Amino acid sequence: MYRYTDFDTAFVAERNRQFRQQVERRIAGHLTEDEFKPLRLMNGLYLQLHAYMLRVAIPYGTLNSAQMDQLALLAEKWDKGYGHFTTRQNIQYNWPKLRDVPDMLDALAEVGMHAIQTSGNTIRNVTADHFAGAAADEIADPRPVAELLRQWSTDHPEFQFLPRKFKIAVTGSPNDRAVIKAHDIGIQVVEREGRIGYRVLVGGGLGRTPMIGKELTEFVPLAELLPFVEATVSVWNLLGRRDNKYKARIKITVHEHGIDEIRRLVEDRFAETRQAFNGADLELFDEIAAQFQPPAFRNVPTDAYDSAYEADPVFRAWADTNLWDHKAPGYAIAQISLKPHGQTPGDATADQMRVMADLARRFGHDELRISHEQNVVLPHVHKSDLPEVHKILKAHGLATANIGLISDIIACPGMDYCALATARSIPIAQEIATRFDELKIEHEIGDLKIKISGCINACGHHHVGHIGILGLDRAGVENYQITLGGDATETASLGTRTGPGFSAEEIVPAVERVVQAYLEHRESPEEPFLAAYRRLGMAPFKTALYGEETGKKARAA
Amino acid sequence: MPKPFTPKVVTANALLEGDVIYLAADDSWVRSLSQAEVLTDEAVAQIRLLDASARQAEAVGVYLADVAPSDEGPQTTHFRETFRATGPSNYAHGKQAEG
Ligand code: HEM
Ligand code: SF4
Repeated sequence: MYRYTDFDTAFVAERNRQFRQQVERRIAGHLTEDEFKPLRLMNGLYLQLHAYMLRVAIPYGTLNSAQMDQLALLAEKWDKGYGHFTTRQNIQYNWPKLRDVPDMLDALAEVGMHAIQTSGNTIRNVTADHFAGAAADEIADPRPVAELLRQWSTDHPEFQFLPRKFKIAVTGSPNDRAVIKAHDIGIQVVEREGRIGYRVLVGGGLGRTPMIGKELTEFVPLAELLPFVEATVSVWNLLGRRDNKYKARIKITVHEHGIDEIRRLVEDRFAETRQAFNGADLELFDEIAAQFQPPAFRNVPTDAYDSAYEADPVFRAWADTNLWDHKAPGYAIAQISLKPHGQTPGDATADQMRVMADLARRFGHDELRISHEQNVVLPHVHKSDLPEVHKILKAHGLATANIGLISDIIACPGMDYCALATARSIPIAQEIATRFDELKIEHEIGDLKIKISGCINACGHHHVGHIGILGLDRAGVENYQITLGGDATETASLGTRTGPGFSAEEIVPAVERVVQAYLEHRESPEEPFLAAYRRLGMAPFKTALYGEETGKKARAA
Repeated sequence: MPKPFTPKVVTANALLEGDVIYLAADDSWVRSLSQAEVLTDEAVAQIRLLDASARQAEAVGVYLADVAPSDEGPQTTHFRETFRATGPSNYAHGKQAEG
């Protein structure tokens, strides 16, 4: 676990002290809202539909138990008893009061957390694979690089007023669980002739103009990574379209200039930035990496797990769905679903946060992760402890066995909270999950990812959902557009629109028809939805959604 | 042709807690749409909006929202304003909790 240095601690304390005074001055009427707004946004404080919203960064999704306990304390003391985990490994509090926010920030600082650069045109929270440091398929832990990037980007003088927000994600595995192809910069740890290096992608992003990132370089060694990333951001800082907010993201810059031209400019700039880096970053990297050493794994038998797996079908269903392969023998990665059927995806109560913290402390080497899929992960659990872990999870509504299934839905806050929304997301997610739970077919359907956004900004990643749902406003009525075939992994693709949207009443039956068509047309239960869609194309799904005539036209097209 | 003026209320978020608020006829900020002043004259609405926008120490993001007057007070005409008037649909954490 990375520990803040004294420098970091002093920096955050000073920022909080400043913000406390700014809040006081705003309340006393010495600052107008226009003056105050950029200051509150710099500290992760938004004003939403019904209240303020505080967005707290969880760098690369990594937390220890004390930090999770503190998130619970914030939820209980200054909010309504819960928090919302997001697709960018942040937690959002939906109901803080302006006067309380400085206290909340101080409480976060006590455990080395903050809300800096969770808003604004800066380099945002650096995200990473939620199985970092644990996954069996991992080449190297992506978090030391993510932490290096975090330190380099925090308060970086050149990058505080970028053309637009900037998002970086890092994966240490060939299987991409960090959606690196939908980030401004995606970094993948690779190995070439025994040497670790980094593949850098650029220009991915969702939102109004979704794009899949393109390869900028297939390999940079560690010594060149920061100067290379700095060169990339710097090129965009110059070229980025500040004239039009909707065209300001680096994906547009890459699109307008072409990846070859961008690569040439980055190489030119890199020649300069490389000179400017004096190697301090490498020393820092070594210090950081030393703090991400794997815990002392126990080497004991897994009998307790084996017998529970044999005897208890509920445990077995959970184990089959929610566990993932760990690199250490006898260990597993346990995923905790924050998607109980019919509840708000990504929400956890203060009690649940404490339960998860306690489990990590007792059985998980004090480590927790937040996934971009809005779930929580215990990365290192010995299998012999899993029956006990499962029992405790079950007692607290945290043992839903649905990771990767149709009810494991990503949903942004939508119009229930978000001031930018054009429709609601949460009730749609709740209804879909409830419906398929009633039908009792979600395990039979298998791997199927539904992602829902309440507006074109795509915070719910709908473009990369196997089934994506986008909520729109059609003449003052909520309307939902379906896309199919999106994919957020290493085989990333953007979904294709099926056709006209559906009303709030029609959308759940429409999703059901899509799923029914898949069940009818799949080659075997081993062919997942995405593979079936890629083989079959849109036509059978169009027929299922809109009737025979439209389906035929789609086939002819 | 200019669009005919439709009835409006002045609405905003309260500075201290972020809660949705409406301007009442007596110039106070009220929490419930039913107590809001309905503005049917465009010129009056613009003046009410300007005055309310100046009250920086109380309200954030002041604007005019469409309503349909009725015997039970103003009714929302767009679903966004309906959610603002009642609170989120996943929990009774907003105005719906206050009854
Ligand atoms: C409720 C407050 C929120 C506001 C005001 C907000 C605002 C925005 C805006 C304006 C964009 C478009 C940016 C652009 O294209 O330049 C965006 C994109 C995005 N936001 Fe949010 N968002 C909010 C909540 C969330 C939440 C809860 C999540 C995670 C669940 C999230 C994650 C994302 C992601 C992943 C994108 C994708 C677009 C991209 O960067 O490629 N946001 N958001
Ligand atoms: S997608 Fe739209 S509605 Fe959803 S959180 Fe993002 S900005 Fe808000």
